[in-house]
Amino acid sequence: MVIAARPVGVSGYGLVVSDALVQARGLRKSFGAFEAVRGIDVDVAPGEVFGFLGPNGAGKSSTMRMIACVSPRSAGTLSVLGMDPGSDGPRIRARIGVVPQLDNLDAELSVRENLEIYGRYFGLPRRHVREKATELLEFAQLTERAGDTVEELSGGMKRRLTIARSLVNDPELLLLDEPTTGLDPQARHLLWDRLYRLKREGVTQIVTTHYMDEAEQLCDRLVVMDGGVIAAEGAPAELIGRYSTREVLELRFDPEHRPSAAALERHADRVEELPDRFLLYTSDGERTQGDVVGAGFVPLSSLVRRSSLEDVFLRLTGRTLVD
Amino acid sequence: MSAPTVPAVPSVWRLLPAGSYAGRARMMMVRSATASRRTWPAFVSGFFEPVFYLLAMGTGLGSLVGDLPGPDGQPISYAAFIAPGLLAASAMNGAVFDSTYNVFFKLHYARLYDSMLATPLGPVDVALGEIGWALLRGGLYATAFLSVMAGFGLIASPWALLALPAALSVAFAFAAVGMAATSFMRSWQDFDLVTLAVLPMFLFSTTFYPLSVYPRWLQVVVECLPLYHAVELMRGLTTGVVGLGLLGHLGYFVVMVVVGVVVASRRLETLLLR
Repeated sequence: MVIAARPVGVSGYGLVVSDALVQARGLRKSFGAFEAVRGIDVDVAPGEVFGFLGPNGAGKSSTMRMIACVSPRSAGTLSVLGMDPGSDGPRIRARIGVVPQLDNLDAELSVRENLEIYGRYFGLPRRHVREKATELLEFAQLTERAGDTVEELSGGMKRRLTIARSLVNDPELLLLDEPTTGLDPQARHLLWDRLYRLKREGVTQIVTTHYMDEAEQLCDRLVVMDGGVIAAEGAPAELIGRYSTREVLELRFDPEHRPSAAALERHADRVEELPDRFLLYTSDGERTQGDVVGAGFVPLSSLVRRSSLEDVFLRLTGRTLVD
Repeated sequence: MSAPTVPAVPSVWRLLPAGSYAGRARMMMVRSATASRRTWPAFVSGFFEPVFYLLAMGTGLGSLVGDLPGPDGQPISYAAFIAPGLLAASAMNGAVFDSTYNVFFKLHYARLYDSMLATPLGPVDVALGEIGWALLRGGLYATAFLSVMAGFGLIASPWALLALPAALSVAFAFAAVGMAATSFMRSWQDFDLVTLAVLPMFLFSTTFYPLSVYPRWLQVVVECLPLYHAVELMRGLTTGVVGLGLLGHLGYFVVMVVVGVVVASRRLETLLLR
């Protein structure tokens, strides 16, 4: 008897069934005539840290808001924790944690109260949130500041408190929208460490960022977004291997004696011309540097570095990420 | 195979968007109560305003005015005449302040509601929670003011006990409509309109003198104002002149509550869930 009359894995409700915590097919979001997300497919597996990488306006935050069930989708299918955000919003939100792009801590409450009251919104009992708050203050290294008001905290502390707050309901899925934007390097490293700990505890994370180093540090897998569509998808190293060379030679010239990109092209696999420098893509940066100097070019400075996601983005879109 | 079961939804909630109510509006009030521990001076000042009015107008102006005809035509002291008016007005003022300025700030500056909607709370929880807090605060003020009235001997009837739930209805109605109005406001300039609506109402809704001083056409205008119904309701109860007409006044507030809550919830939905 033949039963498979419809494609395997597709249920009668039109939702694609899989193990993915988040699954989107042809997902779109428009605001009037403007289309912020223009049909994306995404699968996020349990336990992984998944990244949305792209410049401001790429559609990352709109996608995150749809996954967080606070923005109705315009078209396509979306399932979060196996449920439809359109009809199961409150049930999904009960099981996820959200770190928004801008801190929206409660300025009228103390640091500790921010955690406790937030837990109460989830319907958690008073005694439970009290213990949970103590644990989370420790996690966020804010135990000493428990009684302070939010205003008294530094930017990094506020960010850590926002992340701690997002964990109050022990979420299975954590959504982090630009978690370290505006933080100094020290604060960023502390945050990354906390996110890494969560990953080890098995918390699935979705991160948006426009920082390449952050994406490389945090993400198991990521998609590069640009203009509301996905330009590429893969693990950071995989993307670099696919879209860039092993090394990059950066050359700066005196504006008076700046050669044309075409003149440099025969020394490298590919040349990108930026306003202030040339990027020469090559498997061996040192040798290319020797070739270029040998050919009579006199750069003001030169630097050999490994390829990064920045180069992937440049290759895919022709633009740098952070202008 | 059983069909997916849909929980029965009471008919009034069908006016509101699906999934917008988690039944936890109380938690918003827990939040407001916690926050108010730090801002208690502002909280306390709301009590003194009507008391100052009562002292200044009731005793000061009252000594010049003498007695005025009460709801049933019997003369009552000027202080006994304006006290229920001030009670109604303070219920209105407290509710309007909480549901307009405070809500606008939390909506557009503190982004407080955005953070709440990342939890199972929905726009209806937010609307009911904020309105509920304004109501609780109004109730506390009304209780305090009624005690002051009793202390001054301005309460003539045990019916005055019902002035407390009446004050709550008035506060509920103004908070609901205030929050609905706030959801349409774009900048602080729009709040001049609130003052423009509230101040004349406070002065002319028979708070300080009876309706009979106006020409007939102005009487009709005043009779349409919500605060007029609040003042008449309170005055009937504190002077003990009770009739079925008071239920009519109450009906006015029931309509305000329903319209206010539905509009506020729907507007919050559009503003917050883009």
